[in-house]
Amino acid sequence: MSMFWTIWISVITLGLIIGCYFLLRWCLSNKTGVAEGESMGHEFDGIEELNNQLPRWWTIMFYMTIVWGFLYLALYPGLGAYEGILGWKSSNQNIQSLEESVQARIDAKEQGYLVEYDRELDFAAEKFDPIFEAYAKVPVEELAKDPEANKVGQRLFLQNCSQCHGSDARGQNGGFPNLTDNDWLYGGSGAKIVETLTLGRKAAMPAWLDAMGEDGIEEVVNYVLSLSGRDVDPQLAEAGKARFAACAACHGMDGKGNQMLGAPNLTDNIWLYGGSHRAVTETLTYGRNGVMPSFKKTLGEDKIHVVAAYVYSLSND
Amino acid sequence: MKNAHELIEKNVGLLTVLILIAISFGAMVQITPLMFQQQTMEPVTGLRPYTALELEGRDIYIREGCVGCHSQMIRPFRAETERYGHYSVAGESVWEHPFLWGSKRTGPDLARVGGRYSDEWHRVHLLNPRNVVPESNMPGFPWLAENTLNGELTAEKMEVFRGFGVPYTDEDIAGAKAAVQGKTEMQALIAYLQSLGTHLK
Repeated sequence: MSMFWTIWISVITLGLIIGCYFLLRWCLSNKTGVAEGESMGHEFDGIEELNNQLPRWWTIMFYMTIVWGFLYLALYPGLGAYEGILGWKSSNQNIQSLEESVQARIDAKEQGYLVEYDRELDFAAEKFDPIFEAYAKVPVEELAKDPEANKVGQRLFLQNCSQCHGSDARGQNGGFPNLTDNDWLYGGSGAKIVETLTLGRKAAMPAWLDAMGEDGIEEVVNYVLSLSGRDVDPQLAEAGKARFAACAACHGMDGKGNQMLGAPNLTDNIWLYGGSHRAVTETLTYGRNGVMPSFKKTLGEDKIHVVAAYVYSLSND
Repeated sequence: MKNAHELIEKNVGLLTVLILIAISFGAMVQITPLMFQQQTMEPVTGLRPYTALELEGRDIYIREGCVGCHSQMIRPFRAETERYGHYSVAGESVWEHPFLWGSKRTGPDLARVGGRYSDEWHRVHLLNPRNVVPESNMPGFPWLAENTLNGELTAEKMEVFRGFGVPYTDEDIAGAKAAVQGKTEMQALIAYLQSLGTHLK
């Protein structure tokens, strides 16, 4: 803050406090022309206004607030560029990037500032970092058996994952997978779950309307539904089977999917976008582009590890 | 001697003027200096102006009154940053006219909602929030998917923002109409939401 504004703020602020003091002093002398304790000359319904002094307790409190005001301005950064005796700040505000934010925290510590927000973080780090560090050393599959860790994981899950996957982790229709059924799009090992959480996932089921036409899609839908033992028109399914070669590139010749690509297994009667005739037709016609966001920035490595263990525990009791 | 204070007590007009003067001292100290601070005027390194589509989405955000229930201001408390991400800094808001910090959190803060959910989640959620979050009390906004934008005013809006100092180029403005024409309001709003808070890198 420039010198000009520091002076501007200081002069007005201090001037007003001093002004308050003189205002109070001025108000304490009798200027009404009526003697102390005498009537001010108006009366209503037997109630009279008397010319009394300001109450003593009130006056003392006023003086105290003035003293407090000076004290506060001396200790805390209230006067422009003046930083206060305590070196207190609420947070590091002069930052242009996340990197600078990290650096500002280090700098503030070195320069002896008392940054309230950093103090909160340090306090939490002292308390929680050892716990997360200990968890980080245990493999996801092992950690999933730790009820304490799962409690932590569940809290994080409810906060960050439940909006899509549901608070019971059973997912929602429309592309938000159930995490409790041990049916995995990208693999259900600890490492794979961590990978999904860290990097996110982007599925790409193309639209087949142009390539297959409506009739072609109808045939493939019949064939796909037949893979999980549903009643279908056998003739259409047979025709669909011939067309399925195009689908096999991702879903495999047997339709059992491919976890490398996130291509779902089509034979298990578990449906990401609904298994009705209509829903499957829509999937084939318009394609699907499911996205799992990356949580690397939001959660960080250690928390992802714990969430992954919780998710793993849901289908591996 | 006449009672001087009686003059103020019995004259409402004078009292009002004096009160206004007293209050204006606060504004002079608290607000005026901030208008000239580097910290509040310099954009963060990663800041870019809203694209045409995001800008239209922002107007829909304002029209639908989202700001009434969602703040866009993460305060520097760990309790908030654990949930929402890094606290908001002034440099992120320098091109916001008006800013949409809000002050009411019936729903969660949205200052860093960008990238937090998929576009598809936003689409389903805006149509009817309970389709994905059963306990939600947010209203649905199904008409957003039906209304399309014609982009007639987009270029003009960007001109106005350029007047405020937002660095839109001539190409940005020339291509504004084509960028939003035929898009649904839903797409615009989602584009806006996905951009929120992603500039502090």
